[in-house]
Amino acid sequence: MISRDRPLARRVAAVGLRFAAPLAAAALVLSLLLALTGFDVVAALAALWRGAAGSPDAVLSATLVRATPLLLAGLGVAIAFRAGVFNIGAEGQLLAGATAATVMALSTVGSWGSAGAVLGLLAGALAGAGWAWTPAWLKRRFGVLEVISTIMLNFVALHGVSYLVRGPLQEPTRVYPQSPTLPEIARLPVLNEASRLHAGFVLAVALAIVGALTLRHSAAGFRLRAVGANAAAAASAGRIDVATVQTRAFLASGALAGLAGGVEVLGVTFALYENLSPGYGYTAIAVALLAGLRPSGVILSSVLLGGLGAGASAMQRDAGVPAGAAAVTEAVLVLTLLAGHALVRNDATRTWRGAVARWRARERGTLR
Amino acid sequence: MIELATVFLEAAVRGATPLAFAAIGETVTERAGVINIGLEGMIIAGAFGAAAGALVIGPIGGYGAAVGAGSVMAALFAVFTVRWRTDQIITGTAVTVGALGLTAMLYRTMFGAGGVALSVPTTPPVALPLLSQIPLLGRPFFVQPPVTYVAYLAVALAWWFLFRTRRGLALRAAGEAPVAVLAAGHSPARLRTLAILIGGAMGGLGGASIVLAQVGTFAEGMSAGRGFIALAIVALGRWHPIGAAGAALLFGGAIALQHLAQAAAVRLPYQAFLALPYLLTLFALAGGAGRRHAPAALGRPLPTLE
Repeated sequence: MISRDRPLARRVAAVGLRFAAPLAAAALVLSLLLALTGFDVVAALAALWRGAAGSPDAVLSATLVRATPLLLAGLGVAIAFRAGVFNIGAEGQLLAGATAATVMALSTVGSWGSAGAVLGLLAGALAGAGWAWTPAWLKRRFGVLEVISTIMLNFVALHGVSYLVRGPLQEPTRVYPQSPTLPEIARLPVLNEASRLHAGFVLAVALAIVGALTLRHSAAGFRLRAVGANAAAAASAGRIDVATVQTRAFLASGALAGLAGGVEVLGVTFALYENLSPGYGYTAIAVALLAGLRPSGVILSSVLLGGLGAGASAMQRDAGVPAGAAAVTEAVLVLTLLAGHALVRNDATRTWRGAVARWRARERGTLR
Repeated sequence: MIELATVFLEAAVRGATPLAFAAIGETVTERAGVINIGLEGMIIAGAFGAAAGALVIGPIGGYGAAVGAGSVMAALFAVFTVRWRTDQIITGTAVTVGALGLTAMLYRTMFGAGGVALSVPTTPPVALPLLSQIPLLGRPFFVQPPVTYVAYLAVALAWWFLFRTRRGLALRAAGEAPVAVLAAGHSPARLRTLAILIGGAMGGLGGASIVLAQVGTFAEGMSAGRGFIALAIVALGRWHPIGAAGAALLFGGAIALQHLAQAAAVRLPYQAFLALPYLLTLFALAGGAGRRHAPAALGRPLPTLE
């Protein structure tokens, strides 16, 4: 990779620019939107900052807690996208993972302490991979576009959880649509008594580092990158079984999203309910893209978008700004990234002249 | 029994109407080689536009505003995917997320957090003379809100445009072999933009038909995945407007099953029926659809020099 030969300072500057431009654009659009809908922009943005980074507690208990599921699910999305698999189903896989972890924690396994928590997380990862298995199989067997099938399964998962928390998994008084509260022994330990930050964050960061190393240095990582970069070339020149690599990436991606659900239930919510995820699975796409689909970059981008989520809650609480503002900001962030790529590529205007030249060359027989 | 069948079919046609609008528009879009995951966002934008427009101007204004709102979202999508050649799937996802957030935010700011629900009058069904007298099928198909008849018209118009006009031919070619279109003297970029705008306007109409012909109010996220279902309908309808209309009716039937099940007191959790259309989509995609009939250049950006 060329980037590895560049001096560190320039690489840092490049990363800074990468993050800074979309963030500036997103902040601008958010301010405009707030102004247009009649909010006090300064007060709202101050609330956003307070909620995201205004105090050590905001950082530890709000931003980093929210960053944890985003990191795991975003890592999953990044791995899938790198393999050329458009897994938009992290939300459903996350809910499947959350459900499995809840079931484990409520069973006898939940009383086994840390071993139980580990088993709960494993169950979450397995359930997430299981939820991703259907679209992966449909893609492999019938060529079904995974974009549509994964989104469909997001809705199925949501209705499934809605049924479970009103049916078999409902709390004993049968008043609230949620599962019983998980026993304390089944929960993930907090990192420091004064905050809500739990062990799941450390696990997520560790997995991001493992993911980065695997992708860069292992044979499996190389195959995955080759398939994503050019599936036809990987198959013919590298004799790589494209379908198998993509299926594995799909399942790994689902497992990470499922783990995100498990971590959220065992570390934050301590119960299963419908609105467990404020769209973490969709935000995870923005997390992965902002990171340039690099596992190591996901750590930083998940903290940024976790901060946005935490800040948006504070903005809603303190300045009355509806939660939709966060989604709009995310969308602007992604669109700015895409536009940035397109403009940097700088072929937007050359496109058609180039196409004509190539077509003529082919007609004349001078090309291929 | 005949009564039950009529009620079921009537509900199926009602449920199919927004899906048909969105799917027919998306058929045109995909025929030009563009897959629009932002369709869901265009439907919700249309629904919000319809509610706001109907409140200020009246039902006609509502439909107009819906078409406008859908088209604005479509224009945004077109600038990114056609002009800047960004990835269609990622761009579409961002447009959907953004539109869902924006409409939720605008709704809350304009109409408050919940309680004070916004209410707009729905257009009542109109019986078409003679046609509504047809036994069994007359009532379900021809005693419907006027917008449903517009949907019938849209099927015919889309078919005529795609298969009987020169521009339609060029548009379909833009989805199969864009470079050849260029050689023939048309601009594939312009054709794709046109196709996206048609899809967005139709998506907006679909959103409007939910608000103005069915529900009579706006709710956050009320598009409920219809845009994604419409994408599956297009594949199931084999990228043909008439096929799309038929597939939309099938999904309308899946939605109507809920009512039928309630009437027949079926002992299944109601969530099973809510999840049914989405599951049906999976089966439909695995079974009939495949990729054989898809436009050759679907989802690919226009080619470049290198």
